[in-house]
Amino acid sequence: MSRPRGPTRLSKPYPGSRIEILNDASLRSEGRRPTELRAPTFEVVPGGADSADGSASASMGLTSVRVEVFGPREGRSRAQTLHDRASVNVEVVWVAFGEAGRRRRGRGDRRVAELTSSLRDTFQPAILTALYPRAQIDIHVHILAHDGALLSTCINATSLALLSAGVPMRDLVAAVTAGVHGSTVLCDLTALEEADMPSATVAVLPRSGKVALVGMETRLHVERFGEMFDVARRAAGVLCAEMRAVARGRAREILDAMDSGPAVLREGENDSGAVMVEE
Amino acid sequence: MVAFASFGAPHTRITQDRGPAEADVDTDEDMDEGAGTARLAMPGEPITSAQAFMRGHGTYVDREDVVASVAGTVERVNKLITVRPLRARYSPEVGDLVVGRITEVQPKRWKVDAGGRQDAVLMLSSVNLPGGVQRRKLEADELQMRAFFEEGDLLVAEVQAFFSDGAMSLHTRSLRYGKLRNGMLVCVPPALVRRLKSHFIALASGVDLVLGLNGYIWISKHVRDDAQAGEDGFDAAAVYSNKNDDIDDATRAAIARVANLVRVLAAHSVPLSDTVLLEAYEWAVDQDWEVKDLVREDVAEALVAAVASR
Repeated sequence: MSRPRGPTRLSKPYPGSRIEILNDASLRSEGRRPTELRAPTFEVVPGGADSADGSASASMGLTSVRVEVFGPREGRSRAQTLHDRASVNVEVVWVAFGEAGRRRRGRGDRRVAELTSSLRDTFQPAILTALYPRAQIDIHVHILAHDGALLSTCINATSLALLSAGVPMRDLVAAVTAGVHGSTVLCDLTALEEADMPSATVAVLPRSGKVALVGMETRLHVERFGEMFDVARRAAGVLCAEMRAVARGRAREILDAMDSGPAVLREGENDSGAVMVEE
Repeated sequence: MVAFASFGAPHTRITQDRGPAEADVDTDEDMDEGAGTARLAMPGEPITSAQAFMRGHGTYVDREDVVASVAGTVERVNKLITVRPLRARYSPEVGDLVVGRITEVQPKRWKVDAGGRQDAVLMLSSVNLPGGVQRRKLEADELQMRAFFEEGDLLVAEVQAFFSDGAMSLHTRSLRYGKLRNGMLVCVPPALVRRLKSHFIALASGVDLVLGLNGYIWISKHVRDDAQAGEDGFDAAAVYSNKNDDIDDATRAAIARVANLVRVLAAHSVPLSDTVLLEAYEWAVDQDWEVKDLVREDVAEALVAAVASR
């Protein structure tokens, strides 16, 4: 993730003033065009049995999230076990340095609780849970830095983490946050922009075009919503292609590493001196 | 309050005329794989037509297509299409050798964590009990199940059968199987342990290995083959003992060295086998590395290169 090279600016130059969302050249505060996404970075870490079964990190600009997936494994609590499918359990941890102002957000925090339930509701239908009766899939989300588009970054990271854990899914879920300024639709908002305009997070399953989640916390005229929704949906499709490319590259690396190892000894070729214990 | 304005270098621009991203998989591609390179599929990518082929593990049918549900290599057996995930939890098969840890003691059975999607079951009737291999299991045995295995104990067992919900049933009815002691456990991704002629390996340096197909690897002090068997081939006191034997310093170092080698090889996705481990061990001894140095990145890379080149 690159640190800002330009001068940092105060969110509000002086009290009462509002930031300029789009300048005369219709560029945003960081020089982005309205529907331009921030540079995304995705990292897929293959699972090892020693730690998580799979993990991934995603960042959009300065928003950075790491997700670890455990399972499907035996449910830790009997009460939560479902007999016909796996239960999906999400925990969100907002690290102490994850937000300007060093605000502590514990487990009871309203935003954390909302993120948790949004993530669970997004992935429960996307995961093929019916394949794993009585099992539990744990998704642990760590928010490392927050600069807008938090929920969509969490969704993208979780998608990749589930992929690296080998959990079967209908599709890679991808999400983008979009907002409306005047009549212009902006994609992938920063925290500054999010505070200043109506916005929605849209998560899609790009293959079927189905929408997994629409989250909007602000008020917006119904005529503006359609266009914003449409742009966010298409942006998510583009982002999904990006995520796929990263996952594919990582998969190819693992495959090559596994193939480059020496061939496994076949029966009767044991000349290595290893003492084989006969059955 | 200071806020950051981000200036990310290469922005992804979304043009208004671009439709939803299409998966870059040619649906009509011939299913026969090309020269040696395995075909990769990602979740949601169509593999082939559902009318001409059958769906196997790692896929689902969506309208006309067989679609991958996991990231992995596409495999075909006649008309059956499966996607084998690169990394996933252990999926058991009957006859597999596994290493597991007891998580729970229940009536007439133990629950065992064997790296699967559910805990495995070890029935009281599937273990060897003191006083004759063939004797009936009594109520008295049921009452003292913790004398044989208790929570946290490690054991090596074989997959015997499956229950209707897919949970595996284990058995330890062989002198090779049973409780583990005198060693340490290292966990690696199960995909790295391939099926071998024997999963019990004895290295020359007095170290025994049990390569569980579930990725749990037990590294222990070498026991003489006849030491395990007592009167009429079964010594219950030794088999169910919770006490380690004396392990001298050289053996401890050798066990730790093997453990580090296994970790390093697993971290570099090198499939584990008896030859690989033996060569890695010889290399580590030849190069005279300290046990702790083996996990250093430069040493690890040299090790992987050395093993791969042979």
